[in-house]
Amino acid sequence: MTTQAPLLDAMSIRKRFDGFVALDAVDIAIWPGERVGLIGPNGSGKSTLVNCLSGAISSDTGTIRFDGRAIERLPAHQRTRLGIVRTFQIPLPFTSMTVIGNLTIPLRFAARHHAVGGTTNDVEQALLILEDVGLRDKAHEPSAGLTQVELRKLELARAVAARPKLLIADETMAGLSNSEVDEIVSLLFKLNEQGIAVIMIEHIMRAVMAFSQRAIVLVAGKKIADDTTDVVMNNAEVVRAYLGE
Amino acid sequence: MRRIPSWIWPIVVAAFIIALSRVVTNDYYMFAGYVVLQYIVLASAWNILGGYSGYVNFGSAAFFAIGAYGTVVLDKLWQPPLVVAIVFGGIVASLVGLVTAYLTLRLRGVFFAIATLALAIVLQTLVMNWDFVGGPLGYYSVRPDSIAGFPSYVNYLFVVMLGLALIAVLVARAIQLSFIGRGLAAIRDNELAAECCGVPTLLLKVFATMVSGGLMGMAGAPFPYYITYLDPNSAFSLAYGINSIAMPLIGGMTHWIGPVIGAVLLAVIQQVATVTISSELNLMIVGVLLISFITLAPNGIVGLLERYRQKRQRRPST
Repeated sequence: MTTQAPLLDAMSIRKRFDGFVALDAVDIAIWPGERVGLIGPNGSGKSTLVNCLSGAISSDTGTIRFDGRAIERLPAHQRTRLGIVRTFQIPLPFTSMTVIGNLTIPLRFAARHHAVGGTTNDVEQALLILEDVGLRDKAHEPSAGLTQVELRKLELARAVAARPKLLIADETMAGLSNSEVDEIVSLLFKLNEQGIAVIMIEHIMRAVMAFSQRAIVLVAGKKIADDTTDVVMNNAEVVRAYLGE
Repeated sequence: MRRIPSWIWPIVVAAFIIALSRVVTNDYYMFAGYVVLQYIVLASAWNILGGYSGYVNFGSAAFFAIGAYGTVVLDKLWQPPLVVAIVFGGIVASLVGLVTAYLTLRLRGVFFAIATLALAIVLQTLVMNWDFVGGPLGYYSVRPDSIAGFPSYVNYLFVVMLGLALIAVLVARAIQLSFIGRGLAAIRDNELAAECCGVPTLLLKVFATMVSGGLMGMAGAPFPYYITYLDPNSAFSLAYGINSIAMPLIGGMTHWIGPVIGAVLLAVIQQVATVTISSELNLMIVGVLLISFITLAPNGIVGLLERYRQKRQRRPST
């Protein structure tokens, strides 16, 4: 791995729900510009980890440093402003707004001081982002009328509008067709090329293999593997967790 | 030609009504108009929290009564000018809003609504047992017979309430059009997504509750002079809680003009019904209108107008 300091450095994250241990001392570090796959069976704690990192819930113990700052006590909106931005498994658009209206929220509230593409105008910036994800022609349509794949793209576009340094894409491809999966993967590549580190949480192995440089495997709240994707996929413990013995 | 900014219109309308109030000599119209204006304040204030952010407040009567009883306290101590009482009522009510917000805004949906209802009941019980302001017996506030510059004191109260209505409408409009309004709309659509887009949801909700509560308190402050005899039942009347929800709902909750339309419509109907039929019928009229609007036009009158306008815009292009 690089000698550079990690962008995100979370150490011994624990989370219990009543008696159930959802996360058991998980360490996770992400370097700037990295592409990381986070995989694991259902109920292994992937979403809980995302929630703890993004601030949707707070972890019981553990420290999270981002860009050199301790952030484990910050509310979610401040973490977003620092540059940890997530998308949701089930798209959560602002349904009373148009597609472009959805983007103006993070542009106004999270990315105020960034001028990207040579413009500080919210509408122009939003149109540039929509161009990138292929929703430009839907910009002024109500977000309530989008198809599933368009909704996933809107989730990504809205996350990009917050100007992330780290994008956590939580199952952005679940339920999509093969060609739609390819579309989203190439979109994530494009965002990564702009310098955004990406954590891809996914059950679609094909996408994870194609995208990630590194894979982290959670099973029953514990990290059981963290290495380059090839090594992880040949790890006996990972194979057992996925395929049974 | 430059477009006339829309904030001009409320001011023009208010000026026109003041001019009219100089001509009309019958004080009954001032009495009735005062109630309509008071509901414009309450409905617009309610809508800042309830309509823009989706947090339903059932406790409007509590904030209104804080303003009214604030005036009673001041009246007993040193009888300050009405403006002072209004500012006092607004500040106290928005501070109560601040406390309520911190205690309850973590509650979502129906639980928040129940908490605000509880606030009204708790405060009413407190006032009932507070002898200084008259307790259950109420309080008589002596209204000056006249005031310089106005045909009558009732006319003065009417103009004051008109000013408050203007302030409430302009504040509601400014919030709707600002980034605060956009943030509140994001909260209404999906609070978790809003927070993850960088919207400081708790801060915005607390702000909306304070502004909303403060305006309601200001609306209540002149009330003791209007009614001259204030008791807990009239200050905490169920009608305030219900009307301030029903009026924005019927008028339309996403636009500042919605609560104004709803308040004028419902309050005028109620005033007419009180005179011509009976005062008992009021809440039934509200109920029937509410049910019809929720089923037939969930976005209120503003929603109906918008749908009509969209239809008309689409026709020539096809």
